[in-house]
Amino acid sequence: MEFKFFYHFGNFLLMLKGMFSRPENMKMYWKQFMQQCVDIGVGSFGIVFIISLFMGGVTTLQTAYQLVSPIIPRSTIAQVVRDTIILEFAPTLTSIVLAGVVGSKIASELGNMRISEQIDALEIMGINTKGYLIAPKILAAVLMIPVLVAIAGFLGIWGGKEAGELSGVLSGQEFMQGLRQEFKAYNVFFAMAKSYTFGFIIASVSAYYGYNVTGGALEIGKASTTAVVVSCVLVLFMDYALTAILL
Amino acid sequence: MIELKDIRKSFGDKEILKGVSTTMEPGKVNLIIGTSGSGKTVMMKCIVGLMGVDSGKVLYDNQDFTSMDDKEKKGIRQEIGMLFQGSALFDSMTVEQNVMFPLEMFGTGTLKEKKTRVAECLERVQLKEAAKKYPAEISGGMKKRVGIARAIVLNPKYLFCDEPNSGLDPQTSLLIDKLITELTKEYNITTVINTHDMNTVMESGDHIVYMYQGQKQWEGSNKDIVFSKDQKLNDFIFASEFLREAKEMRQLEMFKDGKWRDQLKKEQGGK
Repeated sequence: MEFKFFYHFGNFLLMLKGMFSRPENMKMYWKQFMQQCVDIGVGSFGIVFIISLFMGGVTTLQTAYQLVSPIIPRSTIAQVVRDTIILEFAPTLTSIVLAGVVGSKIASELGNMRISEQIDALEIMGINTKGYLIAPKILAAVLMIPVLVAIAGFLGIWGGKEAGELSGVLSGQEFMQGLRQEFKAYNVFFAMAKSYTFGFIIASVSAYYGYNVTGGALEIGKASTTAVVVSCVLVLFMDYALTAILL
Repeated sequence: MIELKDIRKSFGDKEILKGVSTTMEPGKVNLIIGTSGSGKTVMMKCIVGLMGVDSGKVLYDNQDFTSMDDKEKKGIRQEIGMLFQGSALFDSMTVEQNVMFPLEMFGTGTLKEKKTRVAECLERVQLKEAAKKYPAEISGGMKKRVGIARAIVLNPKYLFCDEPNSGLDPQTSLLIDKLITELTKEYNITTVINTHDMNTVMESGDHIVYMYQGQKQWEGSNKDIVFSKDQKLNDFIFASEFLREAKEMRQLEMFKDGKWRDQLKKEQGGK
């Protein structure tokens, strides 16, 4: 098990090293990068939208359920919702979902290219396949996942406000008042630091498992599942590590 | 010209290539034939550099490919075109975009010039009408032809084809063979084909290497093969009654033409 870990870790580092070479044609690499930005960013927006809204709504209702003391003002609910969403739910929960959506897509796309010899065809043409196929995916994920996390944060807070109003837990005015109480900009920095890290983990781990598929269609499915599981575990591990270091 | 000098390749304890040497000349269709597991696919992958060799040399026009660094290999690879067994077309691109891809990546010239070159290549493989279709929308034979068009778009010096006839009907197979042979002669390409197809062997094989259990068992042309006394080769090539009869007819034809003396002399002298 230990040797397997070091084997994968070593190969993973070699894969990252292999990405750094002079691009054969910068225009084609740029085109590939933009395509990945669209796939990862726009392609995942729908699921992020739905999850964030409900995540905010549920957080508001559960916080209200737990804050029963009459001496605590209702606006505190909004404050708790804001910090919970910014610190944890927007970066971590969104990244866990994206590990499933984006990670499986990257792993299965590269796995299919490997099995159908498309990667070999690129190699034969003299193209650095790690640079051309993997690097744009990692860069696009590192750029787009923080954007999605930021959007998830806004949508989550908005969802929390709407849920509060709809259920009659607190008014919109109380919610807005609570949002502004003791706001720390550092929390946003912390959320962004996490989302950059998670973006890198999701894309690179999934690309590693997809790129190294051997066998047939069954192995593509297995690689996809492994990529998602390993990405999720690493996201949770790094979530803890970054929280311990940065907070 | 491609030269193999005593190449060896093992996977674990199993030796797949046991010191193979041969020379593949330009303007000729060079075939690697053999039963499944005889090492022909590994041999082709070693030649194009998709797998490294354990020992021995692969020389492209006297340049040692096996000892080159990645940058130098890139230079050689840009002179290689390859047709894969499954065609290996990019699913997300149309036929035209697939053929355009190597030109966009490495080609010089204006977009108009590139489009003209793509149109020429598609015309050459008779697929101009399928230019806007996706690989999923065309037949297996058409995919192979797109693969050929993509392989020749940069005017390669070396063309590799991995089982170009697999999964194709006999008529389409003949069309593909004819196309590859014509292109080889027309552009003086060093073509290397890995095949099981007996039609290809008999119709296109200017130079044939028969692999048996990782070793070169026999080497010659499609004319030599008819008179070969090598039992393993005969068992492989003329496996059915029909093929044995075809062999006898071919011998008879050559006998009538008077070519048999030269071939027989060559075969006896060569072995």
